[in-house]
Amino acid sequence: MNKVCADARSALAGLLKDGMIIMAGGFGLCGIPETLILAIRDSGVKNLTVISNNAGVDGKGLGILLDTKQVKKMISSYVGENKTFMNQFLAGELEIEFNPQGTLAERIRAGGAGIPAFFTRTGYGTQIAEGKETREFDGERYVMERGLIADLSIVHAYRGDTEGNLAYRKTARNFNPPMATAGKVTVAEVEHLVKPGDINPDHIVTPGIYVKRMIHVPNAVKHIEQRTLRKRQRADALAGTGAEV
Amino acid sequence: MAWTREQMAERAARELRDGFYVNLGIGIPTLVSNFIPAGMSVQLQSENGMLGTGPFPFEGEEDADLINAGKQTVTELPTTSYFNSADSFAMIRGGHIDIAILGAMQVAENGDIANWMIPGKLVKGMGGAMDLVGGVKKVVVVMEHSAKGESKLLHRCNLPLTGAGVVDMVITDLGVFTIDRKNRSGMTLIELAPDVTLDEIKGKTQASFKVANTLKH
Repeated sequence: MNKVCADARSALAGLLKDGMIIMAGGFGLCGIPETLILAIRDSGVKNLTVISNNAGVDGKGLGILLDTKQVKKMISSYVGENKTFMNQFLAGELEIEFNPQGTLAERIRAGGAGIPAFFTRTGYGTQIAEGKETREFDGERYVMERGLIADLSIVHAYRGDTEGNLAYRKTARNFNPPMATAGKVTVAEVEHLVKPGDINPDHIVTPGIYVKRMIHVPNAVKHIEQRTLRKRQRADALAGTGAEV
Repeated sequence: MAWTREQMAERAARELRDGFYVNLGIGIPTLVSNFIPAGMSVQLQSENGMLGTGPFPFEGEEDADLINAGKQTVTELPTTSYFNSADSFAMIRGGHIDIAILGAMQVAENGDIANWMIPGKLVKGMGGAMDLVGGVKKVVVVMEHSAKGESKLLHRCNLPLTGAGVVDMVITDLGVFTIDRKNRSGMTLIELAPDVTLDEIKGKTQASFKVANTLKH
């Protein structure tokens, strides 16, 4: 059993079909599986429903699949940074289903955990709850939300061993671990591919059972959306004030 | 004289307590981190999966894998921990975050808040706002009192809601209001910005409110 594929194209071979549902990890452009996204573009598969917190920016992340009009519908919490998205949406070429970010994350977690639906306070009394079952528990009102499962999940991890065990780096973790559990098939791209035992078992975040195929992306390009900096002088001035900004 | 953005942030920071876990929204709320009193330990949560969010990095030290919920580059602290998005919102929904400070387009006297969409305009999405207002123990809104001459404090919001009956406090450039949403007893003015008169704030507020006996000027 070999999970490691030579490249993104072979890792996705036989998995792509028009009209399928794909989950893509990442928050903004942080922790996105961009090498796999590029291979999905090159495959020409279309009419995709993509579940991802955001929709990339123009030409980056999921913006790549929007540019080529391969996406029919997005399920996301925030899509504000993408002009192509807005233009296609206004032209009626693209559907959007907005989910509160926590509801989206929990729908994915629930899907992966075999939970078809759950109740949450989030969105009660708002238009998000319209048409959904609501119930009272202990005097509070809750909205029923459904679990989500994808035909394919694509995720990005920092380290992965050849068994598919994954570990993430800093805030690039985000939606990747829950999405890895909620794909009928999950394909992971890893920056550092190591042999079993090289990742401390205590530090494995996604156990290999969730990962069917993987690729090594040692030169993955990482994007920064908002490069915010502080000046050295200001930091000196702040030193000793206890400010944690 | 009405409060500046910085003074509104400074006022909001007075709601923080030692040991609090805090989520700050984008805009004026972000400035609150500049006014955390010396000696007070407060951990900032970033809903993309970080607790203990540090300041912006120095030039050359920015890391694409280390951003806050506004997608800005940030840094790590000795107290930092990372977790996935589902865990992050479990923390929020589960009531473990002490206070959320966020902006709004409208707040109603019953604690309803609208801050995510204007019908007929391009909608970008609610992000984590609905989860935050629904899950965090105390919700403080910091916003301008009026927009284009119209009060943003209303009897009822006319924009689509982000949350129903969820706001505990509103800090505007003119004053501070509390909302007793648990007892549904409405909104109370507790503080006025310097040189703002009661008549002035009444004239600029559509929402009904009581005036606290202890009103501070």
